[in-house]
Amino acid sequence: MESRENVHQLKKSSITKSVGSVLVVGGGIAGTQAALDLANSGFHVYLVEKSAAIGGGMAQLDKTFPTNDCSMCILSPKLVECGRHLNIQLITMADVEKVEGQAGRFTVAVRERPRYIDTEKCIACGICAEKCPKKVDDEFNCDLNKRKSAYVKYPQAVPLKYAIDPETCIYFKGKKGKCKACEKFCPADAVDFDQQDKVHTIEVGSIILAPGFQSFTPDVPPVYGYGTYPNVLTSMEFERILSAAGPYQGHLLRPSDQQTPKKIAWLQCVGSRDLLPGSHGYCSGVCCMYAIKEAVIAKEHAHDDLDTAIFYMDMRTYGKDFERYYERAKNEHGVRFVRARIHSIEPSAQNSDDLKLRYIDEDGTPYDEIFDLVVLSTGLEISDGVRKLSETCGIVLDEDGFAQTGCFSPVATSRPGIFTCGAFAGPKDIPYSVMEASAASAASAALLADARNSLTQPKTYTDEVAVTAQEPRIGVFVCHCGINIGSVVDVPAVRDYSKTLPHVVYVADNLFSCSEDTQHLIQEAINEHNLNRVVVAACTPRTHEPLFQETIREAGLNRYLFELANIRDQNSWVHQAEPQKATEKAKDLVRMAAAKVALQEPLDRLQVPLNHNALVIGGGVAGMSAALNLADQGFHTYLVEQKEELGGHALNIKRTWKDEDAGAHVTEIRRRVLDHVDIEVFTGAKLIDVIGFVGNFTSEVQTNNTVRELNHGVAILATGAESYQPQEYLYGQSERVTCWHDLEDLFTREPERLQQAEAVAFIQCVGSREPDRPYCSKICCTSSVQQAISLKTEKPDLDVYILYRDLRTYGQREELYRKARELGVLFFRYSLEEKPVVEQTTVDAKEKLQITVRDHVLGQPVRFQVDYLNLATAIIPKNSEELAQLFKVPLNEDKFFLEAHMKLRPVDFATDGVFVCGLAHYPKPIEESIAQAQAAAARAANVLAQEFVEVEPIVSEVDQDLCIGCGLCEASCPFGAIHLVKVAGQGYRAENISASCKACGVCAAACPQQAIDMIHFRDRQIVAAIQAGGAG
Amino acid sequence: MQETYEPKILAFLCNWCAYAGADLAGVSRFQYPPSIRVIRTMCSGRVDPFYVVEGLQNGYDGVFVFG
Repeated sequence: MESRENVHQLKKSSITKSVGSVLVVGGGIAGTQAALDLANSGFHVYLVEKSAAIGGGMAQLDKTFPTNDCSMCILSPKLVECGRHLNIQLITMADVEKVEGQAGRFTVAVRERPRYIDTEKCIACGICAEKCPKKVDDEFNCDLNKRKSAYVKYPQAVPLKYAIDPETCIYFKGKKGKCKACEKFCPADAVDFDQQDKVHTIEVGSIILAPGFQSFTPDVPPVYGYGTYPNVLTSMEFERILSAAGPYQGHLLRPSDQQTPKKIAWLQCVGSRDLLPGSHGYCSGVCCMYAIKEAVIAKEHAHDDLDTAIFYMDMRTYGKDFERYYERAKNEHGVRFVRARIHSIEPSAQNSDDLKLRYIDEDGTPYDEIFDLVVLSTGLEISDGVRKLSETCGIVLDEDGFAQTGCFSPVATSRPGIFTCGAFAGPKDIPYSVMEASAASAASAALLADARNSLTQPKTYTDEVAVTAQEPRIGVFVCHCGINIGSVVDVPAVRDYSKTLPHVVYVADNLFSCSEDTQHLIQEAINEHNLNRVVVAACTPRTHEPLFQETIREAGLNRYLFELANIRDQNSWVHQAEPQKATEKAKDLVRMAAAKVALQEPLDRLQVPLNHNALVIGGGVAGMSAALNLADQGFHTYLVEQKEELGGHALNIKRTWKDEDAGAHVTEIRRRVLDHVDIEVFTGAKLIDVIGFVGNFTSEVQTNNTVRELNHGVAILATGAESYQPQEYLYGQSERVTCWHDLEDLFTREPERLQQAEAVAFIQCVGSREPDRPYCSKICCTSSVQQAISLKTEKPDLDVYILYRDLRTYGQREELYRKARELGVLFFRYSLEEKPVVEQTTVDAKEKLQITVRDHVLGQPVRFQVDYLNLATAIIPKNSEELAQLFKVPLNEDKFFLEAHMKLRPVDFATDGVFVCGLAHYPKPIEESIAQAQAAAARAANVLAQEFVEVEPIVSEVDQDLCIGCGLCEASCPFGAIHLVKVAGQGYRAENISASCKACGVCAAACPQQAIDMIHFRDRQIVAAIQAGGAG
Repeated sequence: MQETYEPKILAFLCNWCAYAGADLAGVSRFQYPPSIRVIRTMCSGRVDPFYVVEGLQNGYDGVFVFG
């Protein structure tokens, strides 16, 4: 015990010297998320971005899979929060030049290139760009249109400041001193041609590298005529065409003649899964999904019949809800999927811009098919600039140029104190990048725990304007949301109509109401027009209300003097074919919101004490990793495991796909958990009850016959999953048929079995991707391929067969697939309709299994005998329903826990203070489980690092003069948040307990005296909305 | 085309389930008739029977409480 404490002391004393700030390099979604998580948990952040604005690749996307959310709409609030965060210092147009020092204290030189615009003075009026005579290609729109030399990166850019590009500016490139039109016309005197490079020397405790990817460019050597044929585009170019802020304002047009295409083809794996020079052997992991999304969205844009075809090798829809998205695209949207590698593309006729694709389908039939537009699904790669950055930082890259990380330390680079996240550490999608970003922030926070709050400052606001005595003066802001609303609803008509409503004194419409410039416009309008209430007609309050509330608060209005009219999610998106009625509905919704907001009152948020302990449920590798990180951050953590020992499924894994010894790592994690002074482990334990809310949970944990009550502020659910026990393929009838790791174990136990074996087969998708379990279990392809390699390596003359539907060795796992084929592993593809048949047989008096499968190349049934068959069975949720009930959190259709937002809140629940990680969320490999666990810890630390919990003041209010003390409210409240108290001389009267109140309003509806009202949802406010809505 | 009767519906949706479901319908682009007007409440338990009467008296043909 003593030595353990000494270790802890030693660690503490060595890190008190560390610096409480972090450098984040790269302002894409990963860097932004990492910066926000750190800044919200007590660290100062420098966010360095090489271009003129943050946003990265995600800002260029039109929609995101699998929810079809508008990319800008979900990203923009994060960018705005980042831009205005007191503890985040944005340094744009900057590169890291030198890194010295070590974990806990680095000195970094950052060179900021001149913008030639004084950001303090620039008011983003755009006159410089308007007057600038020099037109150049707009790289944000993939050079599909022009911008000026004086430019803003994109309309919703953060920071919204113009820049002058010295590479093209006439003043810099032409005769010195000429032009200066921008300077002449700038009303703010912000143009400064004398700006020079500025070198910032900053001290930070750790560094997070999130420089992202670049899209593979198929021009040198030219692929499929890219660069020659105008209607061959990259996927990123197509994203820009779909985007409302893109070159064609969101109209689906092709470049050659700006006509609407009737037939579009997507070609998968361009630059990926390709060993030709200039291409990459790895799978880029995201292209299958984005191609499906682009096809679905293109169909939505086209209105008329649009034919879409995706040409692919393996359809890799391995993520959460991806398989469903694929099935819907196929069956509901009519996207065609053609398993074929396109041989060549040529013009359909001389002087034609249409394109002829030549390919051979699965049956071997050759086809020539003509398309108006071809989209190349280009992969993700690391740029030369990022390689240079890695060199500057002194970190090791892998063979593909990605940051080298281990499965058990997924966000740690080779240099201590430098972490990574996003596509820099391997190709990946947005949710996984966001998870890694939070994980990298957790790793930094653990390293710098003792320096927390040493360099941050609390946010202060100007005094609130007293509005209670004023007549309502409402401002209404109607959002186009790019074309999400504007293409259906007549936004200017709604704006003009709003002006006629009672108390409305100001109206405006905005392209994106959530962008940073609109926040300023709203604030200016509040000040200029003395607005005391604001209505934004845009998307849903469930995602965007906090952003606008913060905006009006900064302008001096109380947050609760705000109302959102949901004219997108519940209007333009669901009435796409009825623009006129949708416009009428939008007017009604604005009228209802205005009527309600006019009666809303300023409210103060309630502050409730916060318990700083954490509870982690599940002692597998995810739960242990979450607990370790929280404890390393200094939060006392309870870890509850149902089994008698910690470790979970990871104990069955021999080697990771990166060939690390899994057992040794799991044992080490377990030892660290058991030795940690801040972790209390309960094994053989079960959670039997939970009450409370964020910051104030009380749980009962039963071990043997004793029950212990634990108080905690947050909870992380990491209960894992289990494998499906199959009924098919003779499982349970022949001992030669095994599942998952059982075959490896058998050969380890009885090596002679392998020695005597002549052939082994694996069958994939057993129980996965079936009608009653329509999801991919994600890890099975890699596991079987890995096992096949190890068998082939140990015994080269063994025949190894893998029977699969789509081989999903996504990302850099593709190398394993290549290696397996090189070693002679035979792959047979089967379809859901024609599954392999397994029978028992005898060959030369030896017991065998006979497998019959239809070969996809020969088109004939093939029959072979094997000694053993291993089944890759589905990963299924385990007891998730019980836990979901206890914490009142949702499950998806497959009974995995359903996160608050699939893209940008991948470990949060809508219920505050509860988080999820590991297989309980969805099947995933170890490194993703650990990253997600650390992410959950980061998000939990965001709560625990605060002094108290702020809760919404939406609670019940009792008028004790009207109350007759009948007690119906107390009887009906499910949360014990209202009770009768004895009032001297009056008998019993109801009294509310604000901290426990969940705002449901059952008490108010039950009260026969109308003595109870719900603050912010008062009777008169709701009735005003009812009356306003009915009046139209 | 003959005008068909389209009742105007007032809907009270619980913030946590039904309102989220209506948002999800939007994200999924499920199309439904535009004659519904939604009022978000923190719980369907908030809906006082008196609101239903208020709705019917104020021009709605039907009231729908979902939570």
